[in-house]
Amino acid sequence: MISIFPSLLSGAVITLQLLVSSMFFGLIIGLIFAILRINKNPIINKFAYGYSYFFRGTPLLVQLYLIYYGLANIELLRNSFFWVIIKEPYWCAIIAFSLNTGAYTSEILRSAFQTIKKGYIEAAQSLGVTKKITFYRIQLPIAVKQSLPAYGNEIILMLKGTSLASVITIMDLMGEARKVNVLTFKPFEAFITAGVIYLFITFIIHNIIKYLEKKYGFQT
Amino acid sequence: MELLSFGDTGWGDELFLATLMTIAVSIAAMAIGFLFALIFTPLKLSKNKSLNIIGNCYTTIIRGVPELLVIYLLFFGGTGAAMYVASIFGYDGYIEINAFITGALAIGIISGAYSTEVFRGAILSIDKGQFEASKVLGIKKNIQFYKIILPQMLRLSIPNLSNIWQITLKDTSLISVTGLVEIMRQSYIAAGSTRDPLFFYSVAAVLYLMLTFLSMKLINKLETKYSKGY
Repeated sequence: MISIFPSLLSGAVITLQLLVSSMFFGLIIGLIFAILRINKNPIINKFAYGYSYFFRGTPLLVQLYLIYYGLANIELLRNSFFWVIIKEPYWCAIIAFSLNTGAYTSEILRSAFQTIKKGYIEAAQSLGVTKKITFYRIQLPIAVKQSLPAYGNEIILMLKGTSLASVITIMDLMGEARKVNVLTFKPFEAFITAGVIYLFITFIIHNIIKYLEKKYGFQT
Repeated sequence: MELLSFGDTGWGDELFLATLMTIAVSIAAMAIGFLFALIFTPLKLSKNKSLNIIGNCYTTIIRGVPELLVIYLLFFGGTGAAMYVASIFGYDGYIEINAFITGALAIGIISGAYSTEVFRGAILSIDKGQFEASKVLGIKKNIQFYKIILPQMLRLSIPNLSNIWQITLKDTSLISVTGLVEIMRQSYIAAGSTRDPLFFYSVAAVLYLMLTFLSMKLINKLETKYSKGY
């Protein structure tokens, strides 16, 4: 029991790395696509909608396989500079997770943008505030505050999603648990210990979000 | 397109059967999830502290742990557990649990945890006056639940249940790691033998998109049907 702990913890570090980097890139992608979604141009709008529809409508596993196995199939990519990134399963996982969480994040932010009261924007306009400053100083902070609870859920969903990285040979927490199971034939010890570590990470994320909500969220 | 033809040379018929398998597993998982929800929702709402803790443990643990972990635990642990139980009854042979049953059970346990939360929310949002009114009218607890609470609960939970259905549908792709031949596994096999992963995983993505799109349409119809009186 104690002997399997170090290897699982080293896996947990990889899991956290995957989570943090994909959440970081995902947030940027999500923000860009949320802004595209509220754009009035129908082509840009439809493009952003299509992106989020595809990534929310298909399983994460399909996306991961498409990027890990599928992209390597394209001759052009294989000969280009991108091959350095795509040949590594670690980067493939981060790309897939970022694109996936980016789609969900864009939906969360979009609905937050759309629930902002029109009066705020009109008030800013009548005070002569430029459009740019209205966006950065008024719309964005409100949207971020409003989407905190939903975003917390998304982080936890992504934490669970990172376990799929084990399918493409990455030794994250799930991968280590599988290795322990194969080596010791003790599925219950391996997977339940891993489950406890996952629960612990979930618990910490949940509490951080709760704290942030209390500090920055809207008091209701 | 040749690769997708029906018959011996193409993968069309295999992928079609795999799609049916995905639908079957999803429906089975959803049904199992309902069973779990029907057991655990009363526990979560109960005033008894220890029953409450059991209900909360179920939803918290399952929702905080990766889906893949539940599947692996049942897949690798299930056989051992079944053989242990069988050995108590004096049977020492090897028992292999069907991948369909393991998969449906694993996804069912997961979707059950989410359904429990949805049902709990729906019951809590039913006006308290309705419980009191039915009590005053002398309606038995049993009948009160089936005739007054349940219909309203179902109507209120349809939008959220449709979300859970979508999640369940996508989660079934994870069962492919246990070897059940559904969309994901079939595309994996096809991609391996034709060396064209890009094409077959794209087909898989399109199939999943079609399934989510069609189920959305169906659920929207259901929703309008049940909210007729409102």
